[in-house]
Amino acid sequence: MRHFKGRFAALMLAAGLTVAQGAAAQGILRVGMTAADIPLTTGQTDQGGEGMRFMGYTVYDSLIEWDLSSSDKPSVLIPGLATEWAVDAEDKTKWTFKLREGVTFHDGSPLTAEVVVWNFDKLLDDSSEQYDSRQAAQGKSRIPAVASYTAVDDLTLEIVTKTPDATLPYQLAWILMSSKAQFEAMDKDWEKVANAPSGTGPWKLDTFVPRERAELVPNPDYWDETRVPKLDKMVLIPLPEPNARAAALLSGQVDWIEAPAPDTIPAMSGNGFVISSNAYPHNWTWHLSRLDGSPWNDIRVRKAANLAIDREGMGALLGGLMVPAKGFLPPSSQWFGEPTFDVTYDPDAAKALLAEAGYSVDNPLKVKALISPSGSGQMLPLPMNEYLQQSLAEVGIEVEFMVVEWNQMINLWRAGAGDAAVEGSESINFTYFIQDPFTGLIRHLSCDLIAPNGTNWGHYCDPEMQALFDQIKTTFDPEEQDAVLRQTHEKFVNEALFLMVTHDVAPRAMSPKVKGFVQAQNWYQNFSSISME
Amino acid sequence: MFSYFLRRVILMLPVAFGVSVICFLLVQIAPGDPLTAIMPVDATADEQAAMRAIYGLDKPLPVQYAIWISNLAQGDMGKSIASGRPVAGEVFGAVQNSLILALSAAVVAFPIGIFLGFLAGYFRDTLLDRAVTAISIAGVSVPNYWLGIVLVIIFSVNLGWLPSMGAGPGGSQDWSWDWLHIRHLVLPAVTLAVVPIGIVARTVRALAGDLLTMDFVQALYAKGMSRGDVLRHVARNAAATALSVMGLQLGYLLGGSILIETVFNWPGSGFLLSNAIFQRDLPLLQGTILVLALFFVTMNLVVDVAQAAIDPRIKRS
Repeated sequence: MRHFKGRFAALMLAAGLTVAQGAAAQGILRVGMTAADIPLTTGQTDQGGEGMRFMGYTVYDSLIEWDLSSSDKPSVLIPGLATEWAVDAEDKTKWTFKLREGVTFHDGSPLTAEVVVWNFDKLLDDSSEQYDSRQAAQGKSRIPAVASYTAVDDLTLEIVTKTPDATLPYQLAWILMSSKAQFEAMDKDWEKVANAPSGTGPWKLDTFVPRERAELVPNPDYWDETRVPKLDKMVLIPLPEPNARAAALLSGQVDWIEAPAPDTIPAMSGNGFVISSNAYPHNWTWHLSRLDGSPWNDIRVRKAANLAIDREGMGALLGGLMVPAKGFLPPSSQWFGEPTFDVTYDPDAAKALLAEAGYSVDNPLKVKALISPSGSGQMLPLPMNEYLQQSLAEVGIEVEFMVVEWNQMINLWRAGAGDAAVEGSESINFTYFIQDPFTGLIRHLSCDLIAPNGTNWGHYCDPEMQALFDQIKTTFDPEEQDAVLRQTHEKFVNEALFLMVTHDVAPRAMSPKVKGFVQAQNWYQNFSSISME
Repeated sequence: MFSYFLRRVILMLPVAFGVSVICFLLVQIAPGDPLTAIMPVDATADEQAAMRAIYGLDKPLPVQYAIWISNLAQGDMGKSIASGRPVAGEVFGAVQNSLILALSAAVVAFPIGIFLGFLAGYFRDTLLDRAVTAISIAGVSVPNYWLGIVLVIIFSVNLGWLPSMGAGPGGSQDWSWDWLHIRHLVLPAVTLAVVPIGIVARTVRALAGDLLTMDFVQALYAKGMSRGDVLRHVARNAAATALSVMGLQLGYLLGGSILIETVFNWPGSGFLLSNAIFQRDLPLLQGTILVLALFFVTMNLVVDVAQAAIDPRIKRS
């Protein structure tokens, strides 16, 4: 695939493009997505972050949302369909949410606490008539804390958690509210709802052709006037093949593409297209095995590996579209803290650490690493891993790769380092969505989430770290919680718990006619501010 | 003729059964998990197990096959795991789009291939013959996805004459045979036509070349028949074999256009198949492969019957 892309870029340059830009209709934004299908339209979306970005936070709202208004500071939680929330002073498992008054679904029905309860049942109660296994598959695992929920009155909701859990607001930012009235109008059939969904979001789904296109139009009655879309229409087109996406943009068939291949970017920039990017909570790491006998149990080896990588050099490989890792979270994260271990390129220090551990270039440490040739969010995994292999070899770590296809890679990630199927691999190259305390930190290293029961691939378990995780969950003051999160991340970095390599910057290429887009430091984006010149 | 047709149809049944077994087992062999497409990667083991049970993926393979084949016998191809939509609707919609593409490519490729092949066969060992041979070898050898990208760069990106992707405004559901839609078809159809042009040209060249040296051709000339009439006889003799090759090519065009449909984002069976493979969408994968395989078998049947109609010796054998 890499050669395929390279040939494409070379051809384009050789051809000396004179781009013929088609005349886009005024006020219509046509987006080429990387997904192969239109994301699930009924509420909880599929297709990962892209699904939530284009079909989730556009058509729907959640009780608590991410602030997507700024590009120069990390996104934080803001009121969504709930205007305020608080945990009970006596019983820290009991939360009360006040719902926004006057919010209606696209079908005109009102949002009430009873409808919110109905939505939770849609995901969690498999005996309810609205239970939808497809939405449950996407949403249930996002709200592990929720034990029960009741409507106190029309605009007051109570949620009880299984144990005190201060990360509940972050969990609720995943859960999107569908219309009960629309479900009933569609004969209580989610397949019918899929063609005529109804949320409370700033966009309404107008037309939908599976695998080909979806057209969204503005919801002029949206409760937040500042987020009523300026465009007449936004058309979503699945274009999974990177070269097809690039060609569609260059030939004027779409105005915006997600994730342009790095080697097509010079041709795009050279022809006046705008490349938008920004730091966001994503990382590209090697998750290390901490099973008995793993060489990564030695902190000197972990630190040496982290010091052996010239991350700036890797930037050239990625067309500059990366943020060199200084930790597990991006340096701009509000939870980065002030780690004392400087993640930098210092091969001499790396060699010295390895010498202490008993290894050298002549007597290298041999490790086995699981990698995939492609995958969602994996950037350019083959050349990047080969770059690492070379860098590590230069200080005395010899890497043998086990290469598996992406779908199988996910299975091996779920199975964990102790599973026979990983064939003794001591690390796995995996990219992570690290937007909230749970996905960002807890799930990777918590003792109770050791694979295959959870996502702690490496079987790491440390009482001190576990105490920090518990503290995150029991610190209900947001500022104090942020401080604990910073402390936790400092421990991630100071103990070099991962091979921390780089962060993606969510590149997207667009026609110069696209105006008003502010790329938030988030997996999701606000499309309401966009207009076409 | 009817008994010949009936015999061939009956012979199709074990082939269809074999195809169903192979395509079921084939997709099970590939490592991976269909649930990856519908669950967050960090879904817990319990949640995965529950979902596996809902889709019947926890049952032994023979039981899964028995359920699938009995549903199939009742016309139910199941639902796609990734999209939740009925497989039959997904597959037949995509096959219809692929047929549009394959037939268009065939309309371009077969007349050109026949013409070039006949020309080369008639003027064998001349400069013209060598030129046609070079064209046909190039047609067979050039990777068509590469050619597709080059055509996109020239005609879409550079000149802006033709669109590079999709099935027209409004998507394939609004397809009609007007220029607004046909212009989306031009580049993928031309790209797809290149290989069959080469294959048909080479086949016809060989057939025409051989036939023209046969005794019966000399006999026809000796009887005073005009060149045009002789060539008509040669064409009739070459038709059965050429038809067989073209029938197979049509099958390949329908099922073998994964790369072309991916490059041009054409919503056909190849595009569907490629997505189903990456998502390990087993019901969709099984359904698509089965329909394409049965189409191929049916094409063979049609070709055999047509051959028998053209050449009675085949029917007798």
